[in-house]
Amino acid sequence: MKQSRSPIGELVVVGALLAAGACAVAFVLLYVFDSLNAQLLGLSLGLALAFLALACVVAGKKVVDQTKGVEERPELVQEDVEKEVAEKTVALREGVSRRKLIIGAGAVAGAGLGVAAIAPLASLGPDNVSEILKASPWRKGVPLVDDSGRPLSADQFEVGSWTTAFPQNADKKALGASVVVVQILESEVLENKQWAPRGIMAYSKICTHAGCAISLFRYPTYEPTSQPPALVCPCHYSTFDVRKSAEVVFGPAGRPLPQLPLSIDANNNIVAAGGYVGNIGPAWWGVRKGT
Amino acid sequence: MSVRRKRRRREVSDEETVTDAVRFVDERLGIAPLIRAGMNYLFPDNWTFLFGEIALYSFIVLLVTGTYLAFFFDPSTAQTTYTGAYAPLHGVRMSDAYNSTLGIVFDVPAGLTIRQTHHWAALVFVVAMVVHLMRIFFTGAFRKPRDANWLIGVTLVALGIVEGFAGYSLPDDLLSGMGLAIAYGVVLSIPFVGGQLAVLIWDGNFPGSSAFIDRLFIVHVFIVPVVILALIGVHLTLVARLKHSQFPGKGRTERNVVGTPLWPAYAFRALGMLFATAAMLFLLGGLVQINPVWQYGPYEPWLGTNGAQPDWYMGWLIGALRLMPGFDFTIGNATIAGNPFFGGILFPGVVFTVLYLWPSIERRITKDRRRHDLLDRPRDKPWRTAFGSAFFTWIFTIFVAGAADRILVDVGFPYEGQVIFFRILALVLPVVVFFAVYYVCRELKASEARPLRRWYGTVVRRAPDGSYREIPVQIDSGASDGNGSRPTEEERVGGDQPRSD
Repeated sequence: MKQSRSPIGELVVVGALLAAGACAVAFVLLYVFDSLNAQLLGLSLGLALAFLALACVVAGKKVVDQTKGVEERPELVQEDVEKEVAEKTVALREGVSRRKLIIGAGAVAGAGLGVAAIAPLASLGPDNVSEILKASPWRKGVPLVDDSGRPLSADQFEVGSWTTAFPQNADKKALGASVVVVQILESEVLENKQWAPRGIMAYSKICTHAGCAISLFRYPTYEPTSQPPALVCPCHYSTFDVRKSAEVVFGPAGRPLPQLPLSIDANNNIVAAGGYVGNIGPAWWGVRKGT
Repeated sequence: MSVRRKRRRREVSDEETVTDAVRFVDERLGIAPLIRAGMNYLFPDNWTFLFGEIALYSFIVLLVTGTYLAFFFDPSTAQTTYTGAYAPLHGVRMSDAYNSTLGIVFDVPAGLTIRQTHHWAALVFVVAMVVHLMRIFFTGAFRKPRDANWLIGVTLVALGIVEGFAGYSLPDDLLSGMGLAIAYGVVLSIPFVGGQLAVLIWDGNFPGSSAFIDRLFIVHVFIVPVVILALIGVHLTLVARLKHSQFPGKGRTERNVVGTPLWPAYAFRALGMLFATAAMLFLLGGLVQINPVWQYGPYEPWLGTNGAQPDWYMGWLIGALRLMPGFDFTIGNATIAGNPFFGGILFPGVVFTVLYLWPSIERRITKDRRRHDLLDRPRDKPWRTAFGSAFFTWIFTIFVAGAADRILVDVGFPYEGQVIFFRILALVLPVVVFFAVYYVCRELKASEARPLRRWYGTVVRRAPDGSYREIPVQIDSGASDGNGSRPTEEERVGGDQPRSD
């Protein structure tokens, strides 16, 4: 046998390879007998790979030949070849008389095929974008219902409480459907009091900043030092003052939440007194200021 | 007969067997010269060259684990009622996408381990690419002839972020839905075409039709991975074609490469790095919980939660969205760009434009059109290093601002105050960092060229009469820092001046 470069290194490689094999076998056994044990599966497979890594690194740094080398870099620029390529490219023209006609015809073919390649994209999208983005099931008289479809009674609210509501018999997932309903003191309502019977008011749950669900409502616990009642979006913390028809008081939103005018019917249930005031969802080209 | 054959086979040496094997391959493919070139390929040794390798190996782990997950994942928004092993969600209505993800976690053998390994690998993949990009930036490895490869690398970072976002948006849990809502808001905000584009992508108003998740799935498991794979191929081919760049050192010139050959030493080291990366990722995947979607519940457009944080590589964008003052960009009554446009499109647009254009920008400034195969140390180019530090500080500050709500919860600083603080910090800190780094680089460079610069002290001399006296000495005003030439000790301090050692 030849002289060994690193007898200890060789032993480490052997040991690590055996350990890797053992860990891999352990992984297989775990997979068969305890296949949902994420920790042990990860541990056994991770250790098998770690031992394999150890074997390879020790082999690469200690066991095999470590001689360094020097080599020249390739010269990238070869002027004579470049010249030849350029000449050959230009030589395309030789012996062809209707050059412009051919180029023109080629352009026609290219343009036609380009349009043909892009045209099917039209089947991906509709042409009534504005209608789609502004769609909302809310109309005058539509009852507000809770998550499980029960009508929302005005009596179930107390000042400072809030809930999520939907239009009766509508697709809850539609962006224009969900509203957040809050109650504050009637005296606290500063704007559009006619839309907030008993201080109960509803706003679109979809943030006018980036479309997240408004899911935080803060109501002052101690008037003199607390901040006024507001709805907050948990994504970027746009904050809407519910006293002033959801005017933006903090955060990146550019418009108030659309308000849903409410009224209370003969059965004491809450119903919409009209459609949204304002565009639902994040701003886009079709959204006009003040609408 | 059989005994004789056995004996003859034993007489054949290792070398002959391998020669036969090589011949077998060469007769069919004719690639022996290529194999030889590959075996002789030299790797200059430097630990900072390993970040790109970590990214590559993480991507391999992503392909392997992702394939396993794709067998069990069902990209469908069809509604179903959960009846699987996780009791807290029994009876909850959810999409098949979320249901099948829960199946991978609780019912598929090794499913949770593989899913978490896949997620960790994605996080590490993007980290490794970003650190690799910084290494390339600060060492000037993007200069000609590698400027073409720099463009591919920057594209890979962008694709990695897109791929990661598409991936964690697939399970249809609460976190992924909130992320997609924001993505929808960002697309809507694009001037003029945003509405059309969003309706096109989501096939209707958010949360989109059943077609949307199919599109997202095919983007995540086919389109983007194939493009990434192809670009990695070109990236590595270009590295090999130009050969590795190297730091200056003994025997190293612009015209040569000094390093350890691929065969045998580097092949084993690289394999070791592959297995070490995979080992780390599987250990994380098994032992450290990541993205526990079963705790989040299914997404519905009317649901949201406080404290939702995206994967780290989206943090800079959420920070930018949160720091923007509240306004939509309107002219008259018309909305030109919604607020998310600035943080979600313009900000990353500026960052990637600067990255893409940097090699050309630097070429304009330095007028240096030569080929460079020797790397700079960061201090060698104070101007570049200062700019890069300021640039990445700017992004990092905004990234940290994305976690301001967690800072509020964990430390108690009021959120509103933090937003103002981070707005100012994002503008001021880069400037401070620029000048600080510039100064440090200049100093390091100057004190390296003149170790005794600004040295002062006393020298003890013996006078002819035998007495001793102290003479105060000050050496070199340092007036000529940064000119690069390295005078010898003798030239600098003069013959009978004291030595530094």
